[in-house]
Amino acid sequence: MEIIDTIIGKNGLVFAFLCVGIIMLFSSWFSKYITNKKIPGVAIAIIIGLSLAFLGDEKGISNIPLFAGMALLGGPMLRDFAVVATAMSADLSKIRQAGLAGLVSLLIGVFISFTMGVLIGLSMGYTNIESLTTIGAGACTYIVGPVTGTAIGASSDVIAISVATGVVKTIFATIGTPLIAKKIQLDNPHAAIVFGGLVGTTSGVVAGLAATDEELVPYGALTSTFYTGIGCLLCPSLFYVILRVIYL
Amino acid sequence: MKIYGVALLAACFLMGKLLGRLLGHLINIDSDIGGVGFAMFLLMTSSIYLRKKKWLVLETEKGIWFWSSMYIPIIVAMTSTLNVKAALSGGFLAIILGISATAVCMLMVPLISKIGREKSIDSPKK
Repeated sequence: MEIIDTIIGKNGLVFAFLCVGIIMLFSSWFSKYITNKKIPGVAIAIIIGLSLAFLGDEKGISNIPLFAGMALLGGPMLRDFAVVATAMSADLSKIRQAGLAGLVSLLIGVFISFTMGVLIGLSMGYTNIESLTTIGAGACTYIVGPVTGTAIGASSDVIAISVATGVVKTIFATIGTPLIAKKIQLDNPHAAIVFGGLVGTTSGVVAGLAATDEELVPYGALTSTFYTGIGCLLCPSLFYVILRVIYL
Repeated sequence: MKIYGVALLAACFLMGKLLGRLLGHLINIDSDIGGVGFAMFLLMTSSIYLRKKKWLVLETEKGIWFWSSMYIPIIVAMTSTLNVKAALSGGFLAIILGISATAVCMLMVPLISKIGREKSIDSPKK
């Protein structure tokens, strides 16, 4: 047992790769066979991650020496590095295809989510500007939340709330889209482009549209791939500064 | 070589973070103001430029794609290291906010869809 402890202790990051790989494998299996793809594997994986954090204290599971490597893999440096890399899949030349409606829907989508996050956060007793900004960013996606929170120095528990908000959004978009599609006239490519820009959480948009009409998926994905980038750009800068100005 | 792609990503990342910090410094806020967003924008524009110049070969791109595909696993690792016990009281907020923000955005679809639609679909009417 001691030998195993030493090996893992000295190779924490590698052990973290193994752990996350197993979580991802299990959650995609669970998504496929237990929920019949109704809940995206990503959302399940993040819920597993959040529940594992209960095993530790302030630093989640990485408080347990065996899992200290998770803090390295999930630390802000590698996280921001990987998030920036996703910009490669957002083809700037395609934003023209989305047109004015696509651009407007993206900006309004980020703005509405952020504003609602701040307002609901305020009504539930959060008054700190950094916390409110992070909660608002979490209402955009589960990526924008932690990226914003770390950048402006929010506390770990508020970042956890912002991630949880983003996950609820993904799950609700997945389940809710096919139910509400008719009412919001989501039955053509143009509406799907707008839908992707407004809702934004890519995994939720893609899964929700797939359950509504497979043919609409690429149109929704077209705009939603830009959403997280725009959120990461606006939330910790313009929106944060505006909030500060209002507050001071 | 894949490392060229990783190096390009690293350059954009550091430049973005620098811009974010400088902007923060400029407006007297001691934090990173939109650094990740700037970095993403830099990566998008520089990859378009390099592709046009034919300098960005597939092998180079693969170095960036690898990190792009690692972001979900990294986010999962991050969630397992958050202070969830202290956040438990905010669980209700997360559920209310997640559902209401999504619902409001969904209901905006018919309204925003009106923009630019006449040109593509309804033009015979005019």
